[in-house]
Amino acid sequence: MSANKRVIIEPVTRVEGHGKVSILLDENNKVTQARLHIVEFRGFERFIQGRPYWEVPVLVQRLCGICPVSHHLAAAKAMDVIVGADKLTPTAEKMRRLMHYGQMFQSHALHFFHLVSPDLLFGFDADPKIRNVIGVAIKFPDLAVQGVMMRKFGQEIIKATAGKKIHGTGAIPGGINKNLSIAERDFFLKDLKQMQDWARGALKIAKDYTVENLKKIASFGSFDSNHLSLIRKDGAMDLYHGGLRAIDAQGKKIFDHIDYSDYTDYIAEEVKSWSYMKFPFIKSIGAEKGWYRVGPLARINTCDFIDTPEAEAARKEFMAVTNGKPNNITMAYHWARMIELVHSIEKIGELLNDKDLQGKDLVVKGKRRNEGVGLIEAPRGTLFHHYKVNDDDQIVMANLIVSTTHNNEPMNRAVAKVADEYISGVPKITEGLLNRVEVAIRAYDPCLSCATHAMGKMPLKITLYDYQGNEITSRTKD
Amino acid sequence: MAKKNKKVLLLGFGNPARADDGLGPAVAERIEKLNLPGVTVDSDYQLTIEDSAAVAENDVVIFADASVNCAEPFTFEPLLAANATGSFSSHSVEPVEVLTLAESLFKSKAKAFMLCIRGYEFDTFDAPLTEKAKKNLEKALIFLEELLITKNF
Repeated sequence: MSANKRVIIEPVTRVEGHGKVSILLDENNKVTQARLHIVEFRGFERFIQGRPYWEVPVLVQRLCGICPVSHHLAAAKAMDVIVGADKLTPTAEKMRRLMHYGQMFQSHALHFFHLVSPDLLFGFDADPKIRNVIGVAIKFPDLAVQGVMMRKFGQEIIKATAGKKIHGTGAIPGGINKNLSIAERDFFLKDLKQMQDWARGALKIAKDYTVENLKKIASFGSFDSNHLSLIRKDGAMDLYHGGLRAIDAQGKKIFDHIDYSDYTDYIAEEVKSWSYMKFPFIKSIGAEKGWYRVGPLARINTCDFIDTPEAEAARKEFMAVTNGKPNNITMAYHWARMIELVHSIEKIGELLNDKDLQGKDLVVKGKRRNEGVGLIEAPRGTLFHHYKVNDDDQIVMANLIVSTTHNNEPMNRAVAKVADEYISGVPKITEGLLNRVEVAIRAYDPCLSCATHAMGKMPLKITLYDYQGNEITSRTKD
Repeated sequence: MAKKNKKVLLLGFGNPARADDGLGPAVAERIEKLNLPGVTVDSDYQLTIEDSAAVAENDVVIFADASVNCAEPFTFEPLLAANATGSFSSHSVEPVEVLTLAESLFKSKAKAFMLCIRGYEFDTFDAPLTEKAKKNLEKALIFLEELLITKNF
């Protein structure tokens, strides 16, 4: 009889939503298997069938309370195709971009200051009673305030562009339903410089941490991988629109400037029996080696340049660490994310000073189609929305590939690598060691959201089981 | 300060698309329609860290949420920041953590209360409140409306 033991980390903390890590140990405490399981909401694609297409950009926000704006915009882009709106008016596209950069700004700030900074500021092994946002608030109150106020700024932009926080209606098929008033513009402009300063400060923290700890973190949960993102026609990073580019670990292009409407020719999804979440891969390479990373790290790696000066200077510094080759260091996600934070506030500044935002030409329409695909670079990575509509305007097919699904295989690899490196063969598994597994997952900023919560519905428990599933010990993480 | 001058913030939270998880936003929606003087109403899928800044701008904050296990039809209890555990993830910022952040970051002195309304169904997608939850909601609203008018905290 084997003497395998199973360590469960459930839920994974300081990520969005529910996740569970199981680590299987043999009688010598050697790791034999480590997996990240996603308790993913399923059924939305079926639920939406039969609904009129114009409701979709609002309905999809019910998918997730964490990043409703990403779903709102990806669905709206797909519906643009359905209504034949091949080119939006300048006001419509710029309002949507402002909404998107507002979301990017608040999401990245929240993740860095309040989910990740406890690990970076206190260390992976620090007492979990202080290694949290309350600890940051007590010891580094200025940073904590910055995180709150940056998040608030981004949320206010979302409110001004989407109409409201819950079930925003800003983006509609073919355009947008409001412009930005002068009063709204001035409200944001008065805080712009402060936000830019704080974003620069956050970038410096992330860069300094990475450079100073490079030796320690270079291999932490790291591995070579392919990378995928949208890219603008001229090779610039574009978080709202572009063609698909995939590169390998050395930077060689696998495909480039692909019209994302044809994504099924290039991307496929593998199903594994132990996870609800699928495993996407690049068809031409196959499931075994064709998996890839998305999100800030992938976007910095795939783009040729960034079209805002401070973010571009930061990108060059970032790429210099790996001599211009793609950076495959998992912990470098944080630095990449802060480059995007700076890029987002630079873009917000550009847009706020653009008179097109006060334009009145908001919607266009063209020849009606029965199929539409919309992609966007969400804070966590590339988000795919694909719909088919019948002649009665009803949705008959929906397929969504969310950012975290693209990163499924990489996150599992990161978990396995950290478990093997830090937990395998260790006689006593401490909270700090288990936290390292979570640190690797958090680098990806996964959204494992179940889109629900209620008092008493979020237990925080780590349990050690023997090979027969009997509980050996368990503790609740505060 | 005179009771009538007290600034009150009502924060209702939950997912309206998940059956009784929508009790918090339902409270917010109904109270907002009353346009009560000195009462600010907000609602969201979940509490977020920036709510701490809003809390600090008020004298009293009431968090309204669905509960899977509170006494029927609802409970209303004071909250103390000292009870914060720091078990924060942005998906599930607890009221006590918002309160703790408000106190530590923005020197808030707001008195805080938790309104928990008993719900029964949370897993069904795109479902309305259950009939039992609706009855609990009505009872909670009668209590809350009177409290927000008298401001007898």
